[in-house]
Amino acid sequence: MSEEKKITLIIERQDSPESAPYEETFEVPYRENMNVISALMEIRRNPVNAKGEATTPVFWDMNCLEEVCGACSMIINGKARQSCTALVDQLEQPIRLAPMSTFPITRDLAVDRSRMFDSLKRVKAWVPIDGTYDLGPGPRMAESKRQWAYELSKCMTCGVCLEACPNVNSKSDFIGPAAISQVRLFNSHPTGEMNKSERLETVMGDGGIMGCGNAQNCVQSCPKGIPLTTSLAAIYRDTAIESFKSFFGSDNKL
Amino acid sequence: MAGNRDYINRRIHSLLGVIPIGLFLIQHLTVNFFATRGPEAFNAAAHFMESLPYRYVLELFVIFLPILFHGIYGVYIAFTAKHNVSNYGYFRNWMFMLQRYTGVITLIFIAWHVWETRIAIGLGWVDLNYQLMENILTNPFFFWFYVVGVVSTTFHFANGLWSFFVSWGITMTPRSQRIMTYVSIIVFLAVSYVGVRTLFTFAYGI
Ligand code: SF4
Ligand code: FES
Repeated sequence: MSEEKKITLIIERQDSPESAPYEETFEVPYRENMNVISALMEIRRNPVNAKGEATTPVFWDMNCLEEVCGACSMIINGKARQSCTALVDQLEQPIRLAPMSTFPITRDLAVDRSRMFDSLKRVKAWVPIDGTYDLGPGPRMAESKRQWAYELSKCMTCGVCLEACPNVNSKSDFIGPAAISQVRLFNSHPTGEMNKSERLETVMGDGGIMGCGNAQNCVQSCPKGIPLTTSLAAIYRDTAIESFKSFFGSDNKL
Repeated sequence: MAGNRDYINRRIHSLLGVIPIGLFLIQHLTVNFFATRGPEAFNAAAHFMESLPYRYVLELFVIFLPILFHGIYGVYIAFTAKHNVSNYGYFRNWMFMLQRYTGVITLIFIAWHVWETRIAIGLGWVDLNYQLMENILTNPFFFWFYVVGVVSTTFHFANGLWSFFVSWGITMTPRSQRIMTYVSIIVFLAVSYVGVRTLFTFAYGI
Protein backbone atom coordinates (compact mmCIF):
# COMPACT_ATOMS: atom_id res chain seq x y z
CA MET A 1 0.00 0.00 0.00
CA SER A 2 1.27 3.46 -0.85
CA GLU A 3 2.39 5.78 1.91
CA GLU A 4 -0.13 8.25 3.23
CA LYS A 5 0.04 11.53 1.28
CA LYS A 6 1.08 14.53 3.34
CA ILE A 7 1.11 18.25 2.82
CA THR A 8 3.75 20.54 4.22
CA LEU A 9 3.05 23.91 5.77
CA ILE A 10 5.73 26.40 6.70
CA ILE A 11 4.21 28.83 9.14
CA GLU A 12 5.56 32.11 10.44
CA ARG A 13 4.64 32.14 14.10
CA GLN A 14 4.78 34.63 16.91
CA ASP A 15 3.80 33.88 20.50
CA SER A 16 2.69 37.34 21.55
CA PRO A 17 2.41 40.84 20.05
CA GLU A 18 5.89 41.76 21.25
CA SER A 19 7.82 38.50 20.88
CA ALA A 20 10.06 37.68 17.93
CA PRO A 21 8.64 35.76 14.97
CA TYR A 22 9.94 32.28 14.10
CA GLU A 23 9.21 29.68 11.47
CA GLU A 24 7.81 26.25 12.14
CA THR A 25 7.16 23.48 9.64
CA PHE A 26 4.27 21.06 9.89
CA GLU A 27 3.22 17.99 7.98
CA VAL A 28 -0.42 17.08 7.97
CA PRO A 29 -2.17 14.14 6.32
CA TYR A 30 -3.81 15.08 3.03
CA ARG A 31 -7.53 14.81 2.60
CA GLU A 32 -9.51 15.60 -0.49
CA ASN A 33 -10.86 19.17 -0.89
CA MET A 34 -8.82 20.47 1.99
CA ASN A 35 -8.47 24.21 2.51
CA VAL A 36 -5.84 26.03 4.54
CA ILE A 37 -8.17 26.24 7.53
CA SER A 38 -8.80 22.50 7.61
CA ALA A 39 -5.02 22.00 7.50
CA LEU A 40 -4.65 24.40 10.43
CA MET A 41 -7.40 22.49 12.29
CA GLU A 42 -5.42 19.33 11.74
CA ILE A 43 -2.40 20.99 13.42
CA ARG A 44 -4.61 22.12 16.26
CA ARG A 45 -5.82 18.53 16.77
CA ASN A 46 -2.29 17.19 16.78
CA PRO A 47 0.20 19.99 17.54
CA VAL A 48 3.39 18.22 16.54
CA ASN A 49 5.80 19.86 14.12
CA ALA A 50 7.62 18.22 11.20
CA LYS A 51 10.53 17.22 13.45
CA GLY A 52 8.13 15.27 15.61
CA GLU A 53 8.32 17.68 18.53
CA ALA A 54 5.24 18.64 20.50
CA THR A 55 4.47 22.34 20.12
CA THR A 56 1.69 24.81 20.77
CA PRO A 57 -1.18 24.69 18.29
CA VAL A 58 -1.04 27.42 15.63
CA PHE A 59 -3.46 30.22 16.34
CA TRP A 60 -5.54 31.93 13.67
CA ASP A 61 -8.75 33.87 13.32
CA MET A 62 -11.89 32.80 11.47
CA ASN A 63 -15.60 33.14 11.56
CA CYS A 64 -17.88 32.67 8.55
CA LEU A 65 -15.79 30.11 6.59
CA GLU A 66 -17.35 31.37 3.36
CA GLU A 67 -15.39 34.52 2.53
CA VAL A 68 -17.81 37.07 3.88
CA CYS A 69 -16.35 38.07 7.24
CA GLY A 70 -12.73 38.73 6.33
CA ALA A 71 -11.37 37.51 9.66
CA CYS A 72 -9.25 34.68 8.28
CA SER A 73 -7.06 36.79 5.99
CA MET A 74 -3.37 35.90 5.99
CA ILE A 75 -0.45 35.72 3.60
CA ILE A 76 -0.56 32.47 1.69
CA ASN A 77 2.43 31.78 -0.54
CA GLY A 78 3.33 35.46 -0.62
CA LYS A 79 -0.09 36.94 -1.34
CA ALA A 80 -2.69 38.12 1.12
CA ARG A 81 -6.04 36.30 0.86
CA GLN A 82 -8.65 34.44 2.88
CA SER A 83 -7.53 31.09 4.25
CA CYS A 84 -11.08 29.70 4.22
CA THR A 85 -11.24 29.85 0.43
CA ALA A 86 -7.61 28.89 -0.19
CA LEU A 87 -7.93 25.34 -1.49
CA VAL A 88 -4.91 23.16 -0.85
CA ASP A 89 -5.20 21.47 -4.27
CA GLN A 90 -4.72 24.83 -5.96
CA LEU A 91 -1.71 25.89 -3.91
CA GLU A 92 1.94 25.33 -4.60
CA GLN A 93 3.67 23.08 -2.05
CA PRO A 94 5.02 23.61 0.55
CA ILE A 95 2.37 26.10 1.61
CA ARG A 96 3.82 29.14 3.32
CA LEU A 97 1.63 30.99 5.77
CA ALA A 98 2.37 34.29 7.44
CA PRO A 99 0.32 36.95 9.23
CA MET A 100 -0.51 40.20 7.39
CA SER A 101 2.41 42.35 8.44
CA THR A 102 0.56 45.63 7.86
CA PHE A 103 -1.42 45.01 11.04
CA PRO A 104 -0.30 44.46 14.62
CA ILE A 105 0.05 40.72 15.18
CA THR A 106 -1.86 39.37 18.15
CA ARG A 107 -0.58 35.81 17.90
CA ASP A 108 0.69 33.52 15.12
CA LEU A 109 -1.56 34.19 12.11
CA ALA A 110 -4.09 36.40 13.85
CA VAL A 111 -3.86 40.15 13.42
CA ASP A 112 -5.67 43.13 14.88
CA ARG A 113 -7.54 45.02 12.15
CA SER A 114 -8.77 47.81 14.47
CA ARG A 115 -7.18 50.48 12.33
CA MET A 116 -9.60 49.65 9.54
CA PHE A 117 -12.63 50.02 11.79
CA ASP A 118 -11.20 53.25 13.17
CA SER A 119 -10.85 54.54 9.60
CA LEU A 120 -14.49 53.69 8.87
CA LYS A 121 -15.47 55.72 11.93
CA ARG A 122 -13.25 58.61 10.85
CA VAL A 123 -14.82 58.84 7.40
CA LYS A 124 -18.35 58.36 8.80
CA ALA A 125 -19.03 55.26 6.74
CA TRP A 126 -22.75 55.22 7.51
CA VAL A 127 -25.93 57.10 6.69
CA PRO A 128 -26.87 59.29 9.68
CA ILE A 129 -30.64 59.17 10.16
CA ASP A 130 -30.96 59.38 13.93
CA GLY A 131 -32.91 62.36 15.20
CA THR A 132 -35.54 63.39 17.69
CA TYR A 133 -38.42 63.02 15.26
CA ASP A 134 -39.38 60.88 12.28
CA LEU A 135 -37.64 62.21 9.18
CA GLY A 136 -40.03 60.39 6.86
CA PRO A 137 -38.99 58.31 3.86
CA GLY A 138 -35.72 59.20 2.16
CA PRO A 139 -35.29 59.95 -1.54
CA ARG A 140 -35.07 57.07 -3.99
CA MET A 141 -31.82 55.92 -5.51
CA ALA A 142 -31.40 55.43 -9.24
CA GLU A 143 -31.15 51.75 -10.14
CA SER A 144 -28.04 52.34 -12.24
CA LYS A 145 -26.33 53.83 -9.22
CA ARG A 146 -27.67 51.18 -6.87
CA GLN A 147 -26.00 48.53 -8.97
CA TRP A 148 -22.45 49.77 -8.60
CA ALA A 149 -23.02 50.96 -5.05
CA TYR A 150 -24.00 47.39 -4.18
CA GLU A 151 -20.62 46.19 -5.42
CA LEU A 152 -18.87 48.63 -3.11
CA SER A 153 -21.01 47.51 -0.19
CA LYS A 154 -19.55 44.00 -0.44
CA CYS A 155 -16.39 45.10 1.37
CA MET A 156 -15.79 42.88 4.41
CA THR A 157 -12.92 44.96 5.87
CA CYS A 158 -10.65 41.97 5.41
CA GLY A 159 -7.48 44.03 5.06
CA VAL A 160 -6.12 42.31 1.95
CA CYS A 161 -6.04 45.56 -0.03
CA LEU A 162 -4.10 47.31 2.73
CA GLU A 163 -1.62 44.47 2.92
CA ALA A 164 -1.10 44.52 -0.86
CA CYS A 165 -0.70 48.32 -1.04
CA PRO A 166 2.92 49.52 -1.14
CA ASN A 167 1.82 52.83 0.39
CA VAL A 168 0.19 51.35 3.50
CA ASN A 169 3.14 50.83 5.82
CA SER A 170 4.81 52.09 8.96
CA LYS A 171 6.29 55.10 7.12
CA SER A 172 2.92 56.37 5.91
CA ASP A 173 -0.40 57.08 7.59
CA PHE A 174 -2.52 56.22 4.51
CA ILE A 175 -5.79 54.65 5.66
CA GLY A 176 -5.90 52.42 2.59
CA PRO A 177 -8.29 51.83 -0.31
CA ALA A 178 -11.11 50.13 1.62
CA ALA A 179 -12.19 53.16 3.65
CA ILE A 180 -11.81 55.51 0.67
CA SER A 181 -14.10 53.26 -1.34
CA GLN A 182 -16.63 53.42 1.51
CA VAL A 183 -16.56 57.21 1.27
CA ARG A 184 -17.66 56.84 -2.33
CA LEU A 185 -20.35 54.34 -1.32
CA PHE A 186 -21.88 56.53 1.39
CA ASN A 187 -21.55 59.68 -0.71
CA SER A 188 -23.52 57.97 -3.46
CA HIS A 189 -26.45 57.29 -1.14
CA PRO A 190 -29.15 59.95 -1.52
CA THR A 191 -29.34 60.55 2.23
CA GLY A 192 -25.70 59.79 2.96
CA GLU A 193 -24.87 62.44 0.38
CA MET A 194 -25.91 65.13 2.86
CA ASN A 195 -22.61 64.53 4.66
CA LYS A 196 -20.61 64.37 1.45
CA SER A 197 -18.43 67.42 2.12
CA GLU A 198 -17.66 66.23 5.61
CA ARG A 199 -16.43 62.84 4.38
CA LEU A 200 -14.43 64.43 1.58
CA GLU A 201 -12.77 66.86 3.95
CA THR A 202 -11.75 63.94 6.15
CA VAL A 203 -10.02 62.17 3.27
CA MET A 204 -8.41 65.48 2.29
CA GLY A 205 -6.65 65.33 5.65
CA ASP A 206 -4.06 63.07 7.25
CA GLY A 207 -3.84 59.59 5.81
CA GLY A 208 -6.45 60.41 3.18
CA ILE A 209 -6.72 60.04 -0.57
CA MET A 210 -3.31 61.60 -1.25
CA GLY A 211 -1.67 58.55 0.29
CA CYS A 212 -2.71 56.62 -2.82
CA GLY A 213 0.11 56.20 -5.33
CA ASN A 214 -1.85 54.36 -8.04
CA ALA A 215 0.05 51.09 -7.72
CA GLN A 216 -3.35 49.40 -8.17
CA ASN A 217 -2.45 46.23 -6.25
CA CYS A 218 -5.68 46.68 -4.28
CA VAL A 219 -7.99 46.10 -7.21
CA GLN A 220 -5.96 43.05 -8.26
CA SER A 221 -6.12 41.58 -4.76
CA CYS A 222 -9.63 42.32 -3.48
CA PRO A 223 -11.41 38.98 -3.01
CA LYS A 224 -14.77 40.69 -3.53
CA GLY A 225 -13.77 42.17 -6.87
CA ILE A 226 -14.53 45.69 -5.67
CA PRO A 227 -13.51 48.31 -8.28
CA LEU A 228 -11.23 50.00 -5.76
CA THR A 229 -9.19 51.98 -8.28
CA THR A 230 -12.39 53.39 -9.78
CA SER A 231 -13.43 54.45 -6.27
CA LEU A 232 -10.04 56.01 -5.61
CA ALA A 233 -10.17 57.94 -8.90
CA ALA A 234 -13.72 59.04 -8.09
CA ILE A 235 -12.57 60.40 -4.74
CA TYR A 236 -9.61 62.06 -6.45
CA ARG A 237 -12.12 63.79 -8.69
CA ASP A 238 -14.55 64.66 -5.88
CA THR A 239 -11.83 66.06 -3.64
CA ALA A 240 -10.46 68.18 -6.49
CA ILE A 241 -13.94 69.63 -7.04
CA GLU A 242 -14.41 70.03 -3.29
CA SER A 243 -11.17 72.03 -3.10
CA PHE A 244 -12.40 74.40 -5.81
CA LYS A 245 -15.77 74.78 -4.13
CA SER A 246 -14.33 75.53 -0.75
CA PHE A 247 -11.71 77.94 -2.09
CA PHE A 248 -13.75 79.80 -4.68
CA GLY A 249 -17.11 79.34 -2.99
CA SER A 250 -20.30 77.45 -3.83
CA ASP A 251 -23.96 77.26 -2.78
CA ASN A 252 -23.12 74.77 -0.09
CA LYS A 253 -20.27 76.73 1.40
CA LEU A 254 -19.88 80.21 2.75
CA MET B 1 -8.90 76.01 1.31
CA ALA B 2 -10.03 72.70 2.63
CA GLY B 3 -7.60 69.90 3.18
CA ASN B 4 -4.45 70.01 5.24
CA ARG B 5 -0.94 70.99 4.22
CA ASP B 6 -0.09 67.47 3.02
CA TYR B 7 -3.11 67.43 0.75
CA ILE B 8 -2.28 70.79 -0.79
CA ASN B 9 1.39 69.86 -1.22
CA ARG B 10 0.42 66.67 -3.03
CA ARG B 11 -1.91 68.55 -5.33
CA ILE B 12 0.79 71.13 -6.10
CA HIS B 13 3.34 68.36 -6.62
CA SER B 14 1.09 66.63 -9.13
CA LEU B 15 0.20 69.82 -10.96
CA LEU B 16 3.77 71.12 -11.22
CA GLY B 17 4.93 67.82 -12.70
CA VAL B 18 2.91 68.53 -15.84
CA ILE B 19 2.45 72.29 -15.70
CA PRO B 20 5.04 73.74 -16.07
CA ILE B 21 7.73 71.05 -15.74
CA GLY B 22 6.33 68.63 -18.34
CA LEU B 23 5.70 71.44 -20.79
CA PHE B 24 9.18 72.80 -20.20
CA LEU B 25 10.65 69.34 -20.83
CA ILE B 26 8.96 69.13 -24.23
CA GLN B 27 10.04 72.65 -25.13
CA HIS B 28 13.61 72.02 -23.95
CA LEU B 29 14.00 68.80 -25.93
CA THR B 30 12.41 70.41 -28.98
CA VAL B 31 14.81 73.34 -28.96
CA ASN B 32 17.73 70.95 -28.48
CA PHE B 33 16.49 68.90 -31.43
CA PHE B 34 17.61 71.78 -33.65
CA ALA B 35 21.07 70.24 -33.18
CA THR B 36 20.08 67.58 -35.72
CA ARG B 37 19.95 70.40 -38.31
CA GLY B 38 23.50 71.36 -37.61
CA PRO B 39 25.44 73.47 -35.12
CA GLU B 40 24.25 76.78 -36.59
CA ALA B 41 20.60 75.86 -36.24
CA PHE B 42 21.18 74.79 -32.63
CA ASN B 43 23.12 77.93 -31.78
CA ALA B 44 20.43 80.13 -33.29
CA ALA B 45 17.67 78.34 -31.35
CA ALA B 46 19.66 78.40 -28.10
CA HIS B 47 20.41 82.06 -28.61
CA PHE B 48 16.73 82.80 -29.14
CA MET B 49 15.87 81.10 -25.85
CA GLU B 50 18.71 82.88 -24.12
CA SER B 51 17.52 86.27 -25.26
CA LEU B 52 13.86 85.89 -24.26
CA PRO B 53 12.59 88.92 -22.37
CA TYR B 54 12.46 88.72 -18.54
CA ARG B 55 14.37 85.47 -18.89
CA TYR B 56 15.37 85.18 -15.24
CA VAL B 57 11.76 85.43 -14.13
CA LEU B 58 10.83 82.70 -16.59
CA GLU B 59 13.70 80.51 -15.47
CA LEU B 60 12.87 80.97 -11.82
CA PHE B 61 9.12 80.42 -11.94
CA VAL B 62 8.80 78.04 -14.87
CA ILE B 63 11.89 75.95 -14.28
CA PHE B 64 13.84 76.18 -11.04
CA LEU B 65 11.26 76.64 -8.31
CA PRO B 66 8.80 74.07 -9.74
CA ILE B 67 11.58 71.50 -10.21
CA LEU B 68 12.93 72.11 -6.72
CA PHE B 69 9.51 71.68 -5.14
CA HIS B 70 8.59 68.67 -7.26
CA GLY B 71 11.98 67.07 -6.70
CA ILE B 72 12.28 67.55 -2.97
CA TYR B 73 8.69 66.65 -2.17
CA GLY B 74 8.98 63.76 -4.62
CA VAL B 75 11.92 62.26 -2.76
CA TYR B 76 9.83 62.34 0.40
CA ILE B 77 6.99 60.55 -1.43
CA ALA B 78 9.40 58.00 -2.92
CA PHE B 79 10.73 57.03 0.48
CA THR B 80 7.33 56.45 2.05
CA ALA B 81 6.66 53.48 -0.25
CA LYS B 82 7.47 49.89 0.65
CA HIS B 83 7.86 48.11 -2.67
CA ASN B 84 6.44 44.63 -3.05
CA VAL B 85 6.72 43.71 -6.73
CA SER B 86 8.18 40.31 -5.85
CA ASN B 87 4.83 39.21 -4.42
CA TYR B 88 2.53 41.50 -6.37
CA GLY B 89 4.20 41.67 -9.79
CA TYR B 90 1.41 43.50 -11.60
CA PHE B 91 2.13 45.99 -14.35
CA ARG B 92 0.94 49.04 -12.45
CA ASN B 93 2.88 48.03 -9.35
CA TRP B 94 6.04 47.90 -11.47
CA MET B 95 5.23 51.30 -12.90
CA PHE B 96 4.64 52.59 -9.37
CA MET B 97 8.11 51.40 -8.35
CA LEU B 98 9.82 52.63 -11.53
CA GLN B 99 8.16 56.01 -11.14
CA ARG B 100 9.89 56.40 -7.79
CA TYR B 101 13.24 55.06 -8.97
CA THR B 102 13.28 57.21 -12.12
CA GLY B 103 12.27 60.21 -10.02
CA VAL B 104 15.40 59.88 -7.92
CA ILE B 105 17.62 59.18 -10.96
CA THR B 106 16.11 62.15 -12.79
CA LEU B 107 16.72 64.44 -9.84
CA ILE B 108 20.40 63.45 -9.71
CA PHE B 109 20.70 63.82 -13.48
CA ILE B 110 19.05 67.24 -13.55
CA ALA B 111 21.18 68.50 -10.67
CA TRP B 112 24.32 67.47 -12.54
CA HIS B 113 23.04 68.74 -15.89
CA VAL B 114 22.08 72.16 -14.50
CA TRP B 115 25.43 72.45 -12.74
CA GLU B 116 27.36 71.57 -15.87
CA THR B 117 25.39 73.80 -18.22
CA ARG B 118 23.24 76.58 -16.76
CA ILE B 119 25.33 77.26 -13.66
CA ALA B 120 28.65 76.93 -15.49
CA ILE B 121 27.33 79.37 -18.13
CA GLY B 122 26.03 81.73 -15.46
CA LEU B 123 29.41 81.78 -13.78
CA GLY B 124 31.05 82.52 -17.11
CA TRP B 125 33.05 79.27 -17.18
CA VAL B 126 31.62 78.14 -20.49
CA ASP B 127 29.51 79.55 -23.32
CA LEU B 128 26.14 78.25 -24.41
CA ASN B 129 26.70 76.73 -27.83
CA TYR B 130 26.87 73.48 -29.74
CA GLN B 131 30.49 73.03 -28.74
CA LEU B 132 29.59 72.85 -25.03
CA MET B 133 27.31 69.85 -25.48
CA GLU B 134 29.63 68.25 -27.98
CA ASN B 135 32.48 68.40 -25.48
CA ILE B 136 30.36 66.82 -22.77
CA LEU B 137 28.80 64.10 -24.90
CA THR B 138 31.83 62.87 -26.82
CA ASN B 139 32.98 61.43 -23.50
CA PRO B 140 31.47 57.90 -23.53
CA PHE B 141 30.76 57.87 -19.80
CA PHE B 142 28.83 61.11 -19.95
CA PHE B 143 27.12 60.07 -23.16
CA TRP B 144 25.64 57.06 -21.39
CA PHE B 145 24.99 59.09 -18.25
CA TYR B 146 22.93 61.44 -20.40
CA VAL B 147 21.12 58.61 -22.20
CA VAL B 148 20.10 57.09 -18.86
CA GLY B 149 19.20 60.52 -17.49
CA VAL B 150 17.09 61.50 -20.49
CA VAL B 151 15.25 58.18 -20.71
CA SER B 152 14.61 58.20 -16.99
CA THR B 153 13.21 61.73 -17.30
CA THR B 154 10.95 60.89 -20.22
CA PHE B 155 9.72 57.75 -18.46
CA HIS B 156 8.99 59.71 -15.31
CA PHE B 157 7.15 62.30 -17.37
CA ALA B 158 5.09 59.85 -19.47
CA ASN B 159 4.12 57.65 -16.55
CA GLY B 160 3.56 60.71 -14.41
CA LEU B 161 1.15 61.96 -17.04
CA TRP B 162 -0.80 58.73 -16.56
CA SER B 163 -1.09 59.25 -12.79
CA PHE B 164 -1.82 62.94 -13.31
CA PHE B 165 -4.95 61.93 -15.23
CA VAL B 166 -6.02 59.69 -12.35
CA SER B 167 -5.09 62.10 -9.57
CA TRP B 168 -7.15 64.89 -11.03
CA GLY B 169 -10.09 62.57 -11.54
CA ILE B 170 -10.03 62.64 -15.35
CA THR B 171 -9.55 58.92 -16.04
CA MET B 172 -11.81 57.03 -13.65
CA THR B 173 -12.87 53.85 -15.43
CA PRO B 174 -10.47 50.94 -15.98
CA ARG B 175 -11.01 51.37 -19.73
CA SER B 176 -10.02 55.03 -19.83
CA GLN B 177 -7.04 54.26 -17.61
CA ARG B 178 -5.97 51.47 -19.96
CA ILE B 179 -6.21 53.73 -23.01
CA MET B 180 -4.22 56.34 -21.12
CA THR B 181 -1.57 53.67 -20.50
CA TYR B 182 -1.23 53.25 -24.29
CA VAL B 183 -1.09 57.01 -24.75
CA SER B 184 1.61 57.31 -22.10
CA ILE B 185 3.66 54.58 -23.82
CA ILE B 186 3.47 56.49 -27.10
CA VAL B 187 4.42 59.73 -25.34
CA PHE B 188 7.35 57.92 -23.71
CA LEU B 189 8.64 56.53 -27.01
CA ALA B 190 8.17 59.77 -28.92
CA VAL B 191 9.76 62.08 -26.35
CA SER B 192 12.59 59.60 -25.71
CA TYR B 193 13.31 59.52 -29.43
CA VAL B 194 13.55 63.31 -29.58
CA GLY B 195 15.87 63.41 -26.58
CA VAL B 196 18.14 60.50 -27.42
CA ARG B 197 18.35 61.40 -31.10
CA THR B 198 19.75 64.80 -30.11
CA LEU B 199 22.33 63.16 -27.84
CA PHE B 200 23.56 61.05 -30.75
CA THR B 201 23.98 64.16 -32.86
CA PHE B 202 26.09 65.87 -30.24
CA ALA B 203 28.17 62.77 -29.54
CA TYR B 204 28.68 61.32 -33.02
CA GLY B 205 27.64 64.14 -35.32
CA ILE B 206 24.96 61.92 -36.90
S1 SF4 C 1 -11.95 46.39 -0.38
FE1 SF4 C 1 -11.75 44.18 -0.80
S2 SF4 C 1 -9.67 43.69 -0.13
FE2 SF4 C 1 -10.15 45.68 0.76
S3 SF4 C 1 -10.93 45.23 2.80
FE3 SF4 C 1 -12.72 45.35 1.43
S4 SF4 C 1 -13.05 43.24 0.74
FE4 SF4 C 1 -10.99 43.30 1.62
S1 FES D 1 -13.61 32.87 7.77
FE1 FES D 1 -14.78 34.57 7.10
S2 FES D 1 -13.74 35.13 5.31
FE2 FES D 1 -12.68 33.33 5.86
